[in-house]
Amino acid sequence: MEIATFIAQELGREPQFVQVAWASIEQSLARGDFTIGMSGLEDRPALHERFAVSLPYYEFREVLAVRAADSARVHSLADLRGRRVATLSATMAWEMLLAAKAAHGVVPVSYDDDVHPYSDLVSGRVDAVLLDHVLAERSLRRIGGFVIQPAPLARGHYVAVLAAGNEALRDSVNTTLRARMRDGSLERVFRSWKVWDADQAQFQQRMLRDSSSAGDTTISATATSASATQRAPGGPTTVTESSSMRTYLPALLRAAGITLALSILAMTLAIVVGIGVAAGRVYGARPVRVLLTLYVEVIRGTPVLLQLFVLYYGLSDVVRLPAFAAAVIGLGLNYAAYESEIYRAALQAIPALQLEAARTLGLSEFQILRLVRGPQALRLALAPMTNDFVALLKDSSLVSVITVVELTKQTAIYATNVGSWAIPGALCALVYLAMSLPLSHMARRLEQRWTLS
Amino acid sequence: MSGDASIRTMAVVGTSGTLRVRALHAVRGDQAILCGLDLDVAAGELCAVMGVSGAGKTTVLRVVAALQPFSAGTVEVGGVALAPGAVPPESQLRALRRRVGVVFQSHALFEHLTALENVILAPVHALGRSRADATDAAMQLLESLGVAARAQAYPRQLSGGEAQRVAIARALAPDPQLLLMDEPTSALDPARRAALGDALRALALQGRGLLIVTHDAEFARAYADRVVVLSHGTIAEQGPAREVLTHPTHDATRELLT
Repeated sequence: MEIATFIAQELGREPQFVQVAWASIEQSLARGDFTIGMSGLEDRPALHERFAVSLPYYEFREVLAVRAADSARVHSLADLRGRRVATLSATMAWEMLLAAKAAHGVVPVSYDDDVHPYSDLVSGRVDAVLLDHVLAERSLRRIGGFVIQPAPLARGHYVAVLAAGNEALRDSVNTTLRARMRDGSLERVFRSWKVWDADQAQFQQRMLRDSSSAGDTTISATATSASATQRAPGGPTTVTESSSMRTYLPALLRAAGITLALSILAMTLAIVVGIGVAAGRVYGARPVRVLLTLYVEVIRGTPVLLQLFVLYYGLSDVVRLPAFAAAVIGLGLNYAAYESEIYRAALQAIPALQLEAARTLGLSEFQILRLVRGPQALRLALAPMTNDFVALLKDSSLVSVITVVELTKQTAIYATNVGSWAIPGALCALVYLAMSLPLSHMARRLEQRWTLS
Repeated sequence: MSGDASIRTMAVVGTSGTLRVRALHAVRGDQAILCGLDLDVAAGELCAVMGVSGAGKTTVLRVVAALQPFSAGTVEVGGVALAPGAVPPESQLRALRRRVGVVFQSHALFEHLTALENVILAPVHALGRSRADATDAAMQLLESLGVAARAQAYPRQLSGGEAQRVAIARALAPDPQLLLMDEPTSALDPARRAALGDALRALALQGRGLLIVTHDAEFARAYADRVVVLSHGTIAEQGPAREVLTHPTHDATRELLT
């Protein structure tokens, strides 16, 4: 923020800060939400294809954080075969983990914030965290309980991005950055944030030396940046997209499988618990009814996102659920409240005469529920249940907040990497429709059969 | 067995009474519906309860079927007694349920089951018979009622007459001593009424007691052994059906015949 203020002052403008999700800085810039995007934005070749990129203003190191017990054993990703390694999604570290997954069999776990990877490392949910040293050191100061391995696995640079075509403004940003490096005010800012070290001094010297000699705007250490600047926007981008489609399609389908499995398991749980809650509310004694009503109202009256956070992070001291299990339980218990209301209404819609007829036949109350009332109620509940399952299929995208990479999350990663939502979005929508449409169709058929018979 | 002199002694002499109701009182809110009713149905007897709307006919049926509480008196079916007060839970009504079959006016067949499945539900689940045995017995019942061909049909596919016969078969499947029917002729054309009358006579011949609630004086005169005319929750007149309905002595009976 201080750096942004420097730039604005130099340009004679009042900075206006626009807060967007870190992972969508690029997308927001592309749609013109703001002029200059920065905040730990990592330089990579793809960025140069789509944006005017400033010169790097900070050099970071990707470092591995592990629990103290593992510090002697784990020094690289190759030491982490079969282990869970956390990072932020859509980062250089995430790409490194995906490569390490193929090469060494590590299990990448994606997070949306930089705090929980470390708290989950300490609590044992993940075995290592790969992130830049700034985030790693900040978390070490905040929560502690882990060790940062000194040898960096990679280096990268933070840059500011501007819309393509805004090169003139980019050049004045670069001039400002160089001036602030020269007069030491950038160093003061970094020192105040406790992120200054000898590496940065060397890096700034290198930057100033290179820029005075070459006068080039992109001196990023990245080897491909030169070729990136030469590329015209258009043709090559399409090539990138179609080739990335081949790369991402399998990942997308795998994520769709996770979405489907998650939805089916959660719905099964919701149905079983929902039936129990509905039966309890219709047949139970007063304390049971009050308790179950409370459950339904609390669940329906609070956001499912909150429930997922509480289940996964809030209860982690009591019970440490794996992410997928937490997702199934969270969504399942949430939908159970809604299902129970459907079943309760359906049970109450069965005419009293049907129940009396069953009673005169000598069936017990439980048999009446199981053989007469339940099956008839189920037919009434079918249509709303199908609606709920389709809704659940889509709501399952929320579980990315507790590190489950499902279809929407995978699409977001894909979109960030190709720099466009058009193709990933369309593909993702198609996959969702492919899952939900047959379901609605099947339910309609079944309903028709039941009403005709 | 009955202190009432006007009751004609039935053909099946010597069989103990199937239904025995004494001094029955029932209320709805603070309104008295039944005020000290005595009623007997012997085995093999077809008894018709008549009366204008609000006379308490349906209440008698529902009390005997243990679907509605009564406030005082006794109700006894084949030696099993019901006590006044709230209707007891089903677990305490097993014995009564086995002895009493009920056919509702709207039939109340289970919509999600076929005719056959409706009929075998109680034998299989309440009485624990094997599905094969229950199915054989059910098919015989449906056969005897002339609806065996409709065994695989769902209730909504049945005509009113067919649905009624399936409902009768369902009520008879547990082999009850007493069959209760509410307005059995309300939805039947004349030909079907005659067929129903014959079917009910056949059931009485098997030794079952039948208690039907009806508005249909002609049907009662033709097929019932005895008629009980209710008025304001008590018996206005009773006796052999032909006699009572041909030479009524009470205004309530005359009202039914106009």
